[in-house]
Amino acid sequence: MQANVQRWGERRRMRWFFFVRGLHLDVPLVVGLVALAIVGLVILYSASGQDTAVVGRQLIRLGIAFGVMFVIAQIPPHHLERWGPWIYAVGLGLLFAVLAVGEIGKGAQRWLDLGVVRFQPSEMMKIAVPMMVAWYLGDRQLPPRTKHLLIATTLVLVPAGLIIKQPDLGTAILIASSGIFVLLFSGVSYGLVASVVVLIAPLAWLFWQFGMHDYQRERVITFLNPENDPLGTGYHIIQSKIAIGSGGAYGKGWLNGTQAHLEFLPERSTDFIFAVFSEEFGLIGTVVLLALYLFIVFRGIYIATQAQTTYTRLLAGSLILVFFVYYFVNIGMVIGLLPVVGVPLPLISFGGTSMVTVMAGFGILMSIHTHRKLLPT
Amino acid sequence: MAQGFTIKDHIRETRLFNNRAVAAFVIICLASASIIARLVYLQVLSHEHFTTLSLENRVSIIPLPPTRGLLYDRNGVLLAQNVPSYILEIIPEQVPNLTDTLRELGSIITLSEDDLDRFDKLKRQKPRFESIPLRFRLTDEEVARFAVNRHRFPGVDIAARLVRNYPLGPTGVHVIGYVGRISEEELNIVDSSDYRGTSHIGKIGVEKSYEDTLHGHVGVQQVEVNATGRVLRVLEANPSVPGKDLYLTIDSYLQAAAEAAMAGRRGAIVAVEPKTGDVLAMVSTPTYDPNLFVVGIDTKTYAELQSSPDEPLFNRALRGRYPPGSTIKPFVALAGLEYNKVTEDTQIFCPGWYSLRNDSHRYRDWKRGGHASVDMHSAIAESCDVYFYDLALTLGIDQMYTFLAQFGFGKNAGIDITGELPALLPSREWKQVTLKQPWYPGETLIVGIGQGYYLTTPLQLAVATATLANDGIKMRPRIVGKSRDPGMDAITDVAPIQDGRISFAKPENVDAVISAMIAVVNGRTGTARAIGKDAPYIIAGKTGTAQVFGIKQDERYKAEELDERLLDHALFVAFAPAENPQIAIAVIVENGGSGGAVAAPVARQVLDFYLLHRKGGNAG
Repeated sequence: MQANVQRWGERRRMRWFFFVRGLHLDVPLVVGLVALAIVGLVILYSASGQDTAVVGRQLIRLGIAFGVMFVIAQIPPHHLERWGPWIYAVGLGLLFAVLAVGEIGKGAQRWLDLGVVRFQPSEMMKIAVPMMVAWYLGDRQLPPRTKHLLIATTLVLVPAGLIIKQPDLGTAILIASSGIFVLLFSGVSYGLVASVVVLIAPLAWLFWQFGMHDYQRERVITFLNPENDPLGTGYHIIQSKIAIGSGGAYGKGWLNGTQAHLEFLPERSTDFIFAVFSEEFGLIGTVVLLALYLFIVFRGIYIATQAQTTYTRLLAGSLILVFFVYYFVNIGMVIGLLPVVGVPLPLISFGGTSMVTVMAGFGILMSIHTHRKLLPT
Repeated sequence: MAQGFTIKDHIRETRLFNNRAVAAFVIICLASASIIARLVYLQVLSHEHFTTLSLENRVSIIPLPPTRGLLYDRNGVLLAQNVPSYILEIIPEQVPNLTDTLRELGSIITLSEDDLDRFDKLKRQKPRFESIPLRFRLTDEEVARFAVNRHRFPGVDIAARLVRNYPLGPTGVHVIGYVGRISEEELNIVDSSDYRGTSHIGKIGVEKSYEDTLHGHVGVQQVEVNATGRVLRVLEANPSVPGKDLYLTIDSYLQAAAEAAMAGRRGAIVAVEPKTGDVLAMVSTPTYDPNLFVVGIDTKTYAELQSSPDEPLFNRALRGRYPPGSTIKPFVALAGLEYNKVTEDTQIFCPGWYSLRNDSHRYRDWKRGGHASVDMHSAIAESCDVYFYDLALTLGIDQMYTFLAQFGFGKNAGIDITGELPALLPSREWKQVTLKQPWYPGETLIVGIGQGYYLTTPLQLAVATATLANDGIKMRPRIVGKSRDPGMDAITDVAPIQDGRISFAKPENVDAVISAMIAVVNGRTGTARAIGKDAPYIIAGKTGTAQVFGIKQDERYKAEELDERLLDHALFVAFAPAENPQIAIAVIVENGGSGGAVAAPVARQVLDFYLLHRKGGNAG
C-alpha cells in the first residue's frame, strides 16, 4: 500500500517531468521570470500614475516577449549554432545601413524617424554577438590561441563600435560585455586580462578625448559630481537618490511614493523605475527584488555548467552574465554607483524592444538546458 | 567537425569552464553586495537626510515656451503675429471630481462638445500634473465670471497665452500657412524637450517649412511650489530664445490685388521676380481663414472646407497639375530654333487640321477654318496648333523632352515651402516605365501644344517664364527673403540661389520668341490683343486654353452646352516690361474657358497693380 502510493506519486512526478520537458521550458527560470514580470507590472502601475493603459501595453509586450522565449526554446541548440553566423552577418549589415542612413539624415532632417530602424539591429546584436563568438570558439582548442583570440575580439568590437557611433553607449556596453564573457568563459588567462586592462587605461583616455559625444562626457562628469549640473543630467541622479533614500528600510508603501508622483523624478516609468520601487518598498523590497534577480542568474549559471557542448556552454554562460550586467548597470546608475548610460531594468522598465531580446536570450538558455541528451556522465 | 586538427580535451575544458563559472559567481556576489551596501547607505544611514530633502523637495521645473518668430511681407507688413489670449486650463491631479467640475464650469463658461472631446484626448496623453487647456479665447466677460467663482474650482485656472494670429486673414494663406495644435505624430518627430510648453506647430506653408527657425528654444524656470503645486517664488530662470522673424518675398498688396482679380474663380496665380526668384504673389483660390485653425477649428467648419467641391484647402499654385496648353508654344518654338529644325521664316500652311502620314485621324486646330500660311511669329501670336503639330513631329519627343526639362518642367522647382508636386513632362522612358507602352507619334503632336500627358503646376509655368525673361538664368523660386534674429534690428538677407543657366546656341532665337510673345499681346491678330490695347508698358505673353474634356472627331466644342466643370482651363503666362522684365506671371483659371478672354485680363490687372502702383513710375 505504502509502496503503491509512493510509486503513484513517483509516476505523477515523472509525467509532470516529461510534460515540462516536452515544452522545453525550465521551470525554475519560468517561475523567476514570471515573478519579475509581476513585480514589474505592479510597480509600473504606481510609476505611471496608475495608468491602466500603460500597464496594459506592458502586459501585451510581456506576452510577446514570453511568446518569443517559448518559440526559441523549441529550437535545438545545434540549429542555433548553424544560424549564428548568418544572424550575425545580417545584423552587422543592418548596423552599417543604419549608420549610413543616419549619416545622410543628419543635416536637414535630424528628426527623421529612426526609432524603429535604430533599435532593431543593435538589439539583435545582443544575441547575435555571443552566438557568433561562441560559434567561432566552439570547435577550437580552448583556451584559444592568440590568433583566434584576436579574431574573436574583432567580432565583438566591430558591432560595438558601430553602436557607439549611433550613438547608444548603453547597448554598446552590453554587446561588448556579451562577447567578452564568451572569451572569459573560453579560458583566456587572467594574466592576459590584466595586461589588457593596463593597456586600456591610456586608450580610455584617448576615447574620452576624441571618441565621446559631449553629452556622454557630460554624463560621466555629472556622475562624478551630480551637484555640478543640478538642472541637467545631474537632476536625474539627485532626484533618484532622494527618492531611494527617503524610502528608508520599509518604504513608503505601494502608490505612496511622493517623489515619484510629483514631477520630481524623471523617466520614472522607464530607466529610473528602480527608484520608484525603492521609494515605495524600501530596503527590504529591494533586497527581495535583488534576490529574485540573483536566483535567475544563479539558475542560468547552473544551466551553463550543465551544458554538454562547448558552444552551448559558452553561449549560456555569456547570455546569463549579460543579463546580470543589464540589471547591474541599470540599478548601479539609479543608485549613483555608475554613470547614467540609458539601460532599462530588464522585465520591469516600461518598453518593448529590449524586453524581447532579453527573453529571446532566456529562450536560448532553456533550449540549451532542455535539449540535452540524457546520458549518464 | 574539427577532428584531425585539434584534439579537444573535454574534461580539461569542462574544468576550465567551471572554474570560470565559479569566478563569475563570486564576482556577481560581490557586485550584488556593493549594490546592497549602497542601498543601506542611502536608505538606512542617510535616510533622515533624504527624508528631509524629500519633504523640502518643492522645487518644480516649469518650461518657458519661446515666442514664435513673426512673419512680414517684403515691405514689412505684418503677416503673422502673436496676440495674448485667455485660456481656461485644468490640472486634473488637483481636481477632486473632474466630471462635476466640468459640468459646473459649463454653467458659467460655454463649453462645446469639441472642447470637451479635445480635453478628454489631451488628458489621456499628458501626465496628470500638467495643465490641460479646456477652452481657448475666453471673452472678457467669461474671464470675469470665472474670477468670481474661482474658489469653487480648485485646479482650474485662467492662463494668458500668446496665440498666433494672421492679421490679413485669408490673404496669402497658401503661402503663409498656419499653426495648429501639435499632433501625436508631430510630437514624435520634434525634439520633445524643446517643445515642452509649446502647444502649436506649423502645419503648412512657411509656418511649417520654417518651423525650426520660427519656433526658437524653450527656457526653464526653477520655482518653489507649495504642497498643492502653487508657485511661491522663482528660484532661477533660464529664459527661452525666441524664434527668428522672417520677411517673405511676397508683396502683400500685390497678393491681395491678385486674389481680388481672381475673386469668385478657382485657379492660381504665381508672380515671380525673374532676376531674384522672389515670389511676389502666390494665389490659390478659393482661400480660407487660417485663424480658424489656430484655436482648433470646429468639426463642422472643417468638414465644410474639406468637402467643398471648390477645394479651398488645396494649394493649386504648388500642387495643381494642369495641362499647359498653348502657353508651352514659345518654349517649343525656341526648341525648334535651337535645334535648327526651323527658322523664323519657315512657313507652314494651316488648313485647320493636321494628319500624320498613313493615319486618317485629324488633329484639329482651335481655329476651324485654319490660319492659312503662318511663320513662327504669327504661329505664336495667333497660337496656331497646326504649326506646332508639325514642329513637334520634326523635333520628336526626345528633343522636346530634353529641351523643356531645362526649364524645370517635370520636376520640383525647389521652392522653400513644402508641398510642391513635380507634375509631369512626358518622355519615352516615362511611358515605358509607367504605362508599359511604347511612345506613339500622335502623342508627340499633342505634347507640342501642351496637351496629352503633359502636366505643369502654376509655379513651374511662372518659373519657366521667368527663366525665359531672364536670358536662361534659372533663379530658384523663394518665399523667404530675409530673416531677423530675435531682439536685433539687423536684418539678414537670404542670398538668391541660381539653379544654373540654360546656354542658348543663338541669343537671337530667344529674342525672336519674345518678339512673338509681344505680338500675342500687342499684335493686330494676337490672341491676347484685348489686354495690350491701352497698356502703358509692353507685355510679352502667351495664352493657353487647356482641354479638360475630350471631344470626339468632327464634333464641335460648344461651351454653353458643357457642364461648367468640363469647360477648358484658361491660362496665361507673361512677363513685363518686355525690355526689362520685373515680373513674370502665370495665371490659371480653372474651367475659365479661353485663355485670352479670361486669364489674360486677370494677369493684366496684376501686372498693372505691380508695375503702376507698387513700382510707381519706374516701369518702362
